[in-house]
Amino acid sequence: MKSYRTDVLVIGGGAAGLAAASAAAEAGRETILIEREDSPGGVLEQCIHPGFGVHRYREELTGPEFAARLVEELDASGAEVLTGRSVLAIDPKTRAVETVGPEGVRTIRPKAVVFATGARERPFGALRIPGPRPVGIFTAGLAQKLVNLHNLLPGRRALILGSGDIGLIMARRLHLEGVEVVGVLELKPFPGGLMRNVVQCLDDYEIPLHLSHTVIAVHGTKRLTGVTAARVDETGRPITGTAREFAVDTLILSVGLIPEAELIGRFVGLDPINRGPCVDSRWRTRAPWLFAAGNSVAVFDLVDTVAAAGESAGRFAARFAENDIPEVRKIPISRGENVLHLVPTEIDPGVPTLIHLRVPRPMQRAQVRIGEGIVSRRLIGVRPAEMVEVEVPVEAAEELAKLADVKVEVVEE
Amino acid sequence: MKEVNLTCISCPLGCQITVRMNGDRIVSVTGNSCPRGEAYARQEVTTPMRVIATSVKVEGGSLPLVSVKTDKPIPKRLIPELMGLVKTLSVSAPVRIGQVLVDDVLDTGANLVATRRVGAERTDPGTRT
Repeated sequence: MKSYRTDVLVIGGGAAGLAAASAAAEAGRETILIEREDSPGGVLEQCIHPGFGVHRYREELTGPEFAARLVEELDASGAEVLTGRSVLAIDPKTRAVETVGPEGVRTIRPKAVVFATGARERPFGALRIPGPRPVGIFTAGLAQKLVNLHNLLPGRRALILGSGDIGLIMARRLHLEGVEVVGVLELKPFPGGLMRNVVQCLDDYEIPLHLSHTVIAVHGTKRLTGVTAARVDETGRPITGTAREFAVDTLILSVGLIPEAELIGRFVGLDPINRGPCVDSRWRTRAPWLFAAGNSVAVFDLVDTVAAAGESAGRFAARFAENDIPEVRKIPISRGENVLHLVPTEIDPGVPTLIHLRVPRPMQRAQVRIGEGIVSRRLIGVRPAEMVEVEVPVEAAEELAKLADVKVEVVEE
Repeated sequence: MKEVNLTCISCPLGCQITVRMNGDRIVSVTGNSCPRGEAYARQEVTTPMRVIATSVKVEGGSLPLVSVKTDKPIPKRLIPELMGLVKTLSVSAPVRIGQVLVDDVLDTGANLVATRRVGAERTDPGTRT
């Protein structure tokens, strides 16, 4: 078994990993990026719609164009890329990373690791819908991959469950490719995705959005023949007598993404709501040599934010590999009212912190308050689909450090 | 007099805008909170424009499709016609990112351009093991 040494190892070649590897290599550290697919790019390769890059590149790009820019930056940085290679295990004591690829099993021994594995789609099985398991039920990302990369249509007449952005984007994409999209169901009383996508993916093509609805049964023995949907009450439970049938051969699920963090969860601890590792202001997990960024930490709204996170994690991982990060007492932060996703979960007072959070429901006017208002920011028109960012300068972090308990809350006004 | 209801997408607020029209003439725009909302509503009721992204068949490529987009927004009413045209197209590998596949598509002033690179298929049987 061959073994390699490197300063920084980046696991995952999506937006976060590509940006992390470029930043680490630019900082002068020897850097390896490993990617399980045959080429880097991650999910961006199948996201052929525009809407990416407005923050990072000041222009609107499609997913493949955004990925191509990141790959160009990576090539210029001098980082080495190993494709077709997956991680089997990470030993927290020795930092040995066991990998497997076409050339066999290899061990990589890095000084620092950036974990950038992204997220997985929540599958049909997780929905606990009784009945048969016919062909014709796809997660939205899988359908997107089939249509946009493999030139295959998932079916002829489709219903979409979940109005997250991928569900909305797939409603439009399938409609444009000639699939009859009969509607989109959403469990919540408000759409899950960005308003722009509701307008440009559904309204533009007169695809109906049924809020407060879910699927209660699927039908068909071999191929899906229909779906029973019902209205739900405020707690999300189906209401008796509201069932309606949709005769469809395809059900597309856009019912959530889950950070892919099993490889490290057992030794760094996962945040129960983010479902990824707890990280600090430098994207450092509880293992001092292990950094994590992007959707493997928590599911973000914009790829621009994910790339910025990767860049930051890559830079700090490079500094750790040089023994250049002082150990400081970190400030744990906890969730107050109206806060779901929260990144980071610990403030490192040595650097400015950018806090990212999600609210559980739309609010017209609200205020984010951190540590009884030591840091606060007013918000207008905030929605669960869009993350809120709040900067905590170093001076404010010093004030926060004096409090016994630092809470982040969103107060509706 | 007719009323058109729109959701503004200029910012996350999502104002519900009502445009009152007399034939093609805009009589009033209400419900917006800022001038951007009014400009959006006026564009939407006269000539709504969209960038369209889709894919085109590739001959002899390492992938069966190349993703493409219109490099400028085109009138929304032309979308079905554009999709019909795209179905008839194919391009030979290799395809460069940014390569123009159709110049001035449907006389819109926009080009249909490739948004990724697709290499040629590897056909050399000598390298198979």
